[in-house]
Amino acid sequence: MIGRRVLAGVGNTVRDYVESVGYATRTFFTMLGLSPGMMRRPHLVIEQLHFIGNYSLLIITLSGLFVGMVLGLQGYYTLNKYGASESLGLLVALGLTRELGPVITGLLFAGRAGTSLTAEIGLMKAGEQLSAMEMMAVNPIQRVLAPRFWAGVIAVPLLASIFSAVGILGGYLVGVGLIGVDAGAFWSQMQGGIDLWKDVGNGFVKSVVFGIAITFIALYQGYETRPTPEDVAGATTRTVVVSSLMIWWLDFMLTALMFSK
Amino acid sequence: MQRKSLDVWVGLFVVIGVAALMFLALKAGNNSTFSLANTYEITAKFDNIGSLRPQAAVKASGVVVGRVARIAFDDKSYKAAVTLEMDSTYKFPKDSSAKILTAGLLGEQYVGIEAGGDENNLAEGDKIARTQSAAVLEDLINQFIYSKAAEGKD
Repeated sequence: MIGRRVLAGVGNTVRDYVESVGYATRTFFTMLGLSPGMMRRPHLVIEQLHFIGNYSLLIITLSGLFVGMVLGLQGYYTLNKYGASESLGLLVALGLTRELGPVITGLLFAGRAGTSLTAEIGLMKAGEQLSAMEMMAVNPIQRVLAPRFWAGVIAVPLLASIFSAVGILGGYLVGVGLIGVDAGAFWSQMQGGIDLWKDVGNGFVKSVVFGIAITFIALYQGYETRPTPEDVAGATTRTVVVSSLMIWWLDFMLTALMFSK
Repeated sequence: MQRKSLDVWVGLFVVIGVAALMFLALKAGNNSTFSLANTYEITAKFDNIGSLRPQAAVKASGVVVGRVARIAFDDKSYKAAVTLEMDSTYKFPKDSSAKILTAGLLGEQYVGIEAGGDENNLAEGDKIARTQSAAVLEDLINQFIYSKAAEGKD
């Protein structure tokens, strides 16, 4: 008897999960379908770009600088053992453009902008503003979700590029400025080893994919939250947890696709 | 007024982002694909190219004078056919030789050109006749072990 109940419980959970994935997919495509209409009012996207792009700039720049500096320091200690400290530039740039730039930017973006998107939309829902829009024949997916989504998709690759570029400068500051690696070797090894399309291009593609995933997860969690204070708080937590796990999983998948031969 | 200052801030963000991407592409990346300099292609066949890759540098006296454009396998001579894209500002005699060298202990491999004494210069489509293959670490170790073993027998 208990066995049957447990089995039914498991079945229900799985069914709910699959249903929510299906519903999320449907919302995603509805939003994409409504996007061309939204483009008639580009200021909605510009406003959101300011809100989630400009406000994330400080944390992204500072984090990039420090990550680059740490990479420069740690990379130097390891490379120096093999007498290859000239390759420091290559190590820093390769690590940042391929992996750390897109991934850490994604994680920071989920924490900085993703949570605020979820909380904003969750509170709009709790305040019944979304229902009010529907009453006025305004589609909240088109008016609220779509501009935020496109702003996120545009902002994340730009932020990831800034992160990587500032990180390389941070590595340069530590490696060349503090430790005394030859500046010419730092840049020439980097330029010799980094491929424009394979490394910089694929890193950029990664950040676009992360931007799509994080922004949509944040919007969906806000849109689907129950209108209670507890659940709005829970939804912001879920945004960070789900998008972080999604970033790691997507990163593994994309790396396997891009860099394996 | 409100709209205008918003546009300025968003514009600034986009400009910084695009500038960062340009920095990655042009300063950090191998930007030789964007090179507008005139080039001429020559080929060289090597017994073994080691881990030479396309886009590797071609150097003469340590100065970059070109890039490796393509690497293919020639199934008639059973050698690696390497196409070199040389900067047309640099000319080399027809009997110049090419060898595959390694930058540092763990560095990238590159092609080194040593000028010969011919009065005519290499031109588009020419072949470099004299080449020296990459030093393969396993071969060197094997040679070392055999020579040690031979010493032991005496």
